[in-house]
Amino acid sequence: MAYSEKVLDHYENPRNVGSFDKNDPRVGTGMVGAPACGDVMKLHIKVGEDGVIEEARFKTYGCGSAIASSSLVTEWLRGKTLDEARQIKNTDIADELALPPVKIHCSVLAEDAIKAAINDYLAKRAPSTQACATGEP
Amino acid sequence: MPHRQVRAVNRPIYLDYSATTPVDPRVAKKMIPFLSERFGNPASRSHRYGWEAEEAVESARLQVARLVGADPKEIVWTSGATESNNLAIAGAARFHREKGRHLITMTTEHKAVLDTMRHLEREGFNVSYLPPQANGLLDLERLADAIRPDTVLASVMHVNNEIGVIQDLAAIGDLCRSRGVLLHVDAAQATGKVAIDLESLPVDLMSFSAHKTYGPKGIGALYVRRKPRVRIEALTHGGGHERGMRSGTLATHQIVGMGEAFRLAHDEMAVDNERARALRDKLLAGLSILEETYVNGDLEARVPHNLNLSFNFVEGESLMMAMKDIAVSSGSACTSASLEPSYVLRALGRPDELAHSSIRFSVGRFTTEAEIDAAVALITRNVQKLRELSPLWEMHLEGIDLSTVQWAAH
Repeated sequence: MAYSEKVLDHYENPRNVGSFDKNDPRVGTGMVGAPACGDVMKLHIKVGEDGVIEEARFKTYGCGSAIASSSLVTEWLRGKTLDEARQIKNTDIADELALPPVKIHCSVLAEDAIKAAINDYLAKRAPSTQACATGEP
Repeated sequence: MPHRQVRAVNRPIYLDYSATTPVDPRVAKKMIPFLSERFGNPASRSHRYGWEAEEAVESARLQVARLVGADPKEIVWTSGATESNNLAIAGAARFHREKGRHLITMTTEHKAVLDTMRHLEREGFNVSYLPPQANGLLDLERLADAIRPDTVLASVMHVNNEIGVIQDLAAIGDLCRSRGVLLHVDAAQATGKVAIDLESLPVDLMSFSAHKTYGPKGIGALYVRRKPRVRIEALTHGGGHERGMRSGTLATHQIVGMGEAFRLAHDEMAVDNERARALRDKLLAGLSILEETYVNGDLEARVPHNLNLSFNFVEGESLMMAMKDIAVSSGSACTSASLEPSYVLRALGRPDELAHSSIRFSVGRFTTEAEIDAAVALITRNVQKLRELSPLWEMHLEGIDLSTVQWAAH
């Protein structure tokens, strides 16, 4: 399978790999996918008092396109408000990385990870009103 | 060795000999005259061009027969193992359709067998697909239970293309014979790796390919037993070549190549296998330093040149991407275009994530120790890099049992 230049770049030099302390109240965790399906993404966002994402980190088990999709969104998320972050669509990711049709699900997963991380962060701020993000044990 | 091939600069290290092998230079040399000077049609009976081509074809038939302990009259030329499998299975099933409509095979067979079986199901045949044991081998009791009064044929591969396990053909054949069932064996991956003696093996039909054994692509053969005589219906019709079983002008140069390749396999099998085993074991030892690495398929009942490993918590396609300097397969080469994990590993009962993490390495006649060293270093580095990236690896290090995690389906 041929990969685009951008996918190769993110795959070879992944940005913002790692984790934050998931118990930190400023941190939201999004864990999506399943090992049996061949991809799992874990996205951490650290949100400032002003509601702006200061930093994002990821770890991904999956193909090169899944790794690139999650690496890319960690760059995009930085400096965005939660509302702006919610606007990121899988098609934006797929277009940016020139993903072929068989790899569109990787960009869908990255979008899901963003939403899951935001929901987890909001749930921590108001623990009684929000459901837990999926995937985390 | 004078015939050792030199790897061109900037070409990936080739560790995919189970997909195909290079044509041995000694084979190529024998083939060339039959493309130009000695171009005659072996079916031409009236002049020297035909006679010399026929002589070359018959000499090659003898060389193929000798490697597998058969009579040359039992060898039918085909275009490769896929055609041989089609001809053997569909040919025998259709010839004996009045006797019975039940066929038996394994879930881990090559697609050339499975798809032929599927096709026959549409013609009204019934097929039992037997799963292997966890080590990839067929359970004889399972086979015995599957045989019915209307079973006409069983098809079991000699050596599995993905995991390299060797089935016990003598035991399978004895069972089939005692119950009046024909046995077909796809031996595409076996020639030159496992000693085959059809004089003593109770096998009725056996498929061969040249290009897995340092011969050219596009040529293969089907062994059709004469004593007791096995009858099959032809798939291609025409001039009645190959005793009516496979019409079509014989590809003399390809046949000469297959003959020479099988002659070399006969003469050099012991040396080739000893070298391959040493290189394979070196590769396994080098990669075993990585924890959470699993060998797929039985390591004892296995051809010496194959290694199929799962690197847990690393996804296969991303590992293949990291290993662009090594030519290997993730699952079977025929299915790597799809995102499905290998059906062979799934049939072994491997969890999906381990099936997703599998890589097949196969070494061969031209693999060097230096290539194995380079491959071990590269794979180790990249598995470690991808594990650093893997949330599953992180959870494993935290002591979380991944099977207890509730994953979001997608």
